[in-house]
Amino acid sequence: MDLELMLKVYPFFLQAAWVTILLSVLTALLGLICGTLGAAARLSRFAVLRFLGAAYVSVFRGTPALIQLFILYFGGPQVGIQLDAFQAGVIGLGINAGAYMTETIRGAIIAIDKGQREAARTLGLSRWQATYKVILPQAARLMVRPLGVNLNMLIKATALVAAISVVELTYTAQRYIGSTYKPFEMFLLAGLLYMIIIYVTGRGVAWLDRRVQIT
Amino acid sequence: MGLDFSIVPKYMDIILLGCAWTIGITVAAALLSFVGGIVFAVIALFSPWIIRQPFRLLEWVFMGTPLLLQLFLIYFGLVQIGIDLPAFVAGIIGLGLHFAVYNSELIQTAILAVDKGQMEAARTLGLSRGEALRKVVIPQAVRDVIPPIGNNMIALLKDSALVSVIGVSELTLSAQRVIGKTYRPFEFYILAAAFYYVINLGMEWVQRRIERRISISR
Repeated sequence: MDLELMLKVYPFFLQAAWVTILLSVLTALLGLICGTLGAAARLSRFAVLRFLGAAYVSVFRGTPALIQLFILYFGGPQVGIQLDAFQAGVIGLGINAGAYMTETIRGAIIAIDKGQREAARTLGLSRWQATYKVILPQAARLMVRPLGVNLNMLIKATALVAAISVVELTYTAQRYIGSTYKPFEMFLLAGLLYMIIIYVTGRGVAWLDRRVQIT
Repeated sequence: MGLDFSIVPKYMDIILLGCAWTIGITVAAALLSFVGGIVFAVIALFSPWIIRQPFRLLEWVFMGTPLLLQLFLIYFGLVQIGIDLPAFVAGIIGLGLHFAVYNSELIQTAILAVDKGQMEAARTLGLSRGEALRKVVIPQAVRDVIPPIGNNMIALLKDSALVSVIGVSELTLSAQRVIGKTYRPFEFYILAAAFYYVINLGMEWVQRRIERRISISR
């Protein structure tokens, strides 16, 4: 193992790790927005919205995220969407993650007992009030852990943007593997940083999950 | 530059060949991940401490890093230690091992969930520990774990697109090659996505059929 080389290149990996973190945060935020809208559509009173929500989930979960990124980044300009690689990465991955989060959020909401809504409506709350004040606070607790799984997958999925040349961890590792022919060393560096990011996020999710549980 | 799908049929043979490769790679990697998952689960549960702990660390590394990074390691790493595999073999190994780790997690849980009495009864009937595992416990665990493994295999199909990055001419790279000639990325990536979607639907159909058969055999 070439420790000297690892020490020499590790600042570049550290810099790339920040890009990966920024990508993950932005993607997670966009994913949450899309997931919330998706779940709202899937649970809507209107058949059209339910269909659109189901189609969104089916199409984005049924095709590779890599292809979705390529359509957006390389195909976008043909239909008038000009994005740089980082923007395309965040938007593409965010919409993709949103499809998975839609199912997570929807699952948590339908897991809440029907009687809760009925009771709230009987007490004179409007549909919106019942959802907002009774159902969602309870469902939010159930969402934390599965959304944590989505987040874990999403962080690893940010590696895909290496294929559209965003200089994040995997792209950096790939570039240094190409120039140094030391795949194990470069994997070790990038892998360690990924595992730190994922470990810290996992602990954060576990902490949040403990905080929101009723004991 | 507007959209023009009339160009698509001319290159259909390249895309269909890519489809065949995608299906072949997915099936080969799925088989590897299934067998590997069982082997990994047995190692993780029943091997001596000295093997088990480093193995768990390895599993943790596989689950904590992106598949794309692992593919680079396997493809370029094997070359470095003198094993020059064709890209598609490296791709199958990479995909297979990655999903074997995820399958192993499922199978471990299922093995632990098989009633203890099954092992005890098998031992009483004179089977050795290994035989009891192989002939009594693992078959039941595998049956219980088929539906979630099916989900992993569908994820595997979609992740098989990643092997295009190490130069395997499957569906994604075939689309890329055609785009290199035609400069029509939108049309051909959409086409590739449509093919993935259809293969995905096919896999879901097979999964439902298998699940129905299992629920009958129970």
